[in-house]
Amino acid sequence: MNLLEDLGWLRRPPSDLRNRCRSLGRAVSAPDLAFDTALIEIASHALDMNQLTWISRLVADRLSSPVDTVLARFKLGLLGSGTMSFISSAIPGSGARHLTLIEVVEGDYGRSLEDALNPASRIRSACPDGVLLALDYRDLHLDMAVTDPAAAAERVDRAFSHLQTVAKNLRPSVKGPLFLQTLVPPAEPLFGSLDRAEAGTPYAMVSALNERIIRSCAEIGYVLIDAAKLANAAGLQSWHDPSQWHAAKLPFAPGLVPLYADFVCRTVAAIRGKTRKCLVLDLDNTLWGGVIGDDGLEGIRLGQGSAEGEAYLAIQRTALEYRARGIVLAVSSKNDEAVAREPFRTHPEMLLREEHIAVFQVNWQDKASNLRAIAERLNIGIDSLVFLDDNPFEREQVRRELPLVAVPELPADPALYPAALAWSGYFEAVTISAEDRKRADFYQANAARTAVLADNSDMDSYLRSLDMTCTIRPFDRLGRARIAQLINKSNQFNLTTRRCTENEVAAMETASDKFTMQIRLGDKFGDSGMISVIVFDKSGDNWINDGWLMSCRVLGRRVEEAALAHVCAAAKAQGAKQLIGRYLPSAKNQMVANHYGKLGFTRIKESQDGATVWALDLDSYRAPSLPMRIDNAELTCVA
Amino acid sequence: MGMHVTMNQLKEVMQDVLDDDSIEPTETMTAEDVEGWDSLSHIRLMVSIEKRFKVKFTSAEVEKLRNVGDLLRAINSKSGVVG
Repeated sequence: MNLLEDLGWLRRPPSDLRNRCRSLGRAVSAPDLAFDTALIEIASHALDMNQLTWISRLVADRLSSPVDTVLARFKLGLLGSGTMSFISSAIPGSGARHLTLIEVVEGDYGRSLEDALNPASRIRSACPDGVLLALDYRDLHLDMAVTDPAAAAERVDRAFSHLQTVAKNLRPSVKGPLFLQTLVPPAEPLFGSLDRAEAGTPYAMVSALNERIIRSCAEIGYVLIDAAKLANAAGLQSWHDPSQWHAAKLPFAPGLVPLYADFVCRTVAAIRGKTRKCLVLDLDNTLWGGVIGDDGLEGIRLGQGSAEGEAYLAIQRTALEYRARGIVLAVSSKNDEAVAREPFRTHPEMLLREEHIAVFQVNWQDKASNLRAIAERLNIGIDSLVFLDDNPFEREQVRRELPLVAVPELPADPALYPAALAWSGYFEAVTISAEDRKRADFYQANAARTAVLADNSDMDSYLRSLDMTCTIRPFDRLGRARIAQLINKSNQFNLTTRRCTENEVAAMETASDKFTMQIRLGDKFGDSGMISVIVFDKSGDNWINDGWLMSCRVLGRRVEEAALAHVCAAAKAQGAKQLIGRYLPSAKNQMVANHYGKLGFTRIKESQDGATVWALDLDSYRAPSLPMRIDNAELTCVA
Repeated sequence: MGMHVTMNQLKEVMQDVLDDDSIEPTETMTAEDVEGWDSLSHIRLMVSIEKRFKVKFTSAEVEKLRNVGDLLRAINSKSGVVG
């Protein structure tokens, strides 16, 4: 099996796949959580191009229902060179395994520029959430070598400005990001090794263009889809299929469509905040060779000196690297806890130490129950977990009980575990903020706070013992990326679940009719970073809330009350009479149904769908005394 | 020698590609006789056949095929040679 082409981290499809698709097809008209779970489960196999079209059809039917459970929605425009139909019929099927229902709007064949220029084109009139620009080097006239470096530079310039023209013209019709794809260079050499050094070869021109694409992504905020990197990994020679290009203008070998589609979908899923947050590790034969309970500390195989021992070190190194970029690590193992912790404490070769693991769930219960417990302890959804276990039996048990947990297949050789995990793409990120990098620490600090709570019987003295500082500022350039990230990722503590792009966030920084707040919380255990975002519309006598969301990490810390005191002071100072709050129910935000009630608002309206409207009289509002320091310097300046 | 591919095995592939269990291919059947067998599903069909029966066609060979009978013979002549 070929890891990439055959999507080796996914299970092989069942023999009755088509029948199962049919029975799902009969249930699609009345979807619920069970339906969506079954859809995700069936899509989480290594499906070929035909099988993906079956799932894609289910996804299209599923999209016509307004019911939402765990799947995000995304309308993706697709503009590319050559025949895109195979790609567009594979993307929705692949998206379901990344928890996203994707509708693809395909541009007209070979007309990417016209599609972009014409406001009435199919792509632009569809108002997509994002558009993927997937151009081919042959289409941009980079397939013929030129002799003179200046001519080469001019070719690259022309190709880049074509791309920019398309992107700029699409911009006003696209709600969210533009996905820019690097171009896959040709495989075959012209000179040989000289190809990279000689500016006029197709290889060098494509590489030069790719560098500009990558730079423009960072500068302008396009989202990069690095097809060139994927194709390199898959093997350029097998990526290109000249027969299919000549016969039907397929941009690459049809056998690689499932891989490419999955690659696109994980990026779309990341935009929708569907990236997984936590890696749950088994211990015996996953982090070390052998069974700690039988073989003992001296008997397990780990570390330099043996190929097997080094392979397990490499897995631990991978886990540590994930942790450094913000993925929370947890352990689930059938063992006696003291025995299982021993290597983390005393084995000299262990890279992973107790301080890297947010939750140890070590006992003799089944793994599914333990994974549930881990999600609960970390206060994240079960669909945020990736479970790494060498044992096929455990993997199956978890998949059967908890189909929303991502469980990569692992090859027999532990040396290949890191690649299988990495290519599964469950931790795909489109941006990386300083807060992301610290996230694993936040969870650890939370565990420490829980321990302190056990010593403090009453909540208020506990909160006071934390020595908290709550920092409140209006939106600004510095906070922009994190604000957008919070707006698009928060599901539970989110009153309106209204999503918006970074550009829209930027616009609010200067909008005179908006009162914006970004809130950070720090305490003696560490900085929780930005944990709440609130926007009020202040164009009328009453200030109306547009959005109020908070990270569940800081539930129960009375941050909401601090925020309310802050906005009330500002609204009063500017002559407002009332604050108006709204709660729009979603599949996930039940926990804040009475948010305004708890803050002292009165319910003034309730609609059929459960949406409620609340009001607070500013005259009668009195700010409470709170167990934290408030730093809202900016407000005093403004007021 | 390679395996002999039967009409029944080919039928399974066609049903998968066209997502239609009612397809009963015959020697003289052509793409026009089958709903949904357009140029795109034809490419998927050829790709699926190549993968399933481990054969590889040239563009010229694909262009010469007139009906299902031709297709089946082409598969078997290939699988006999390379098998």
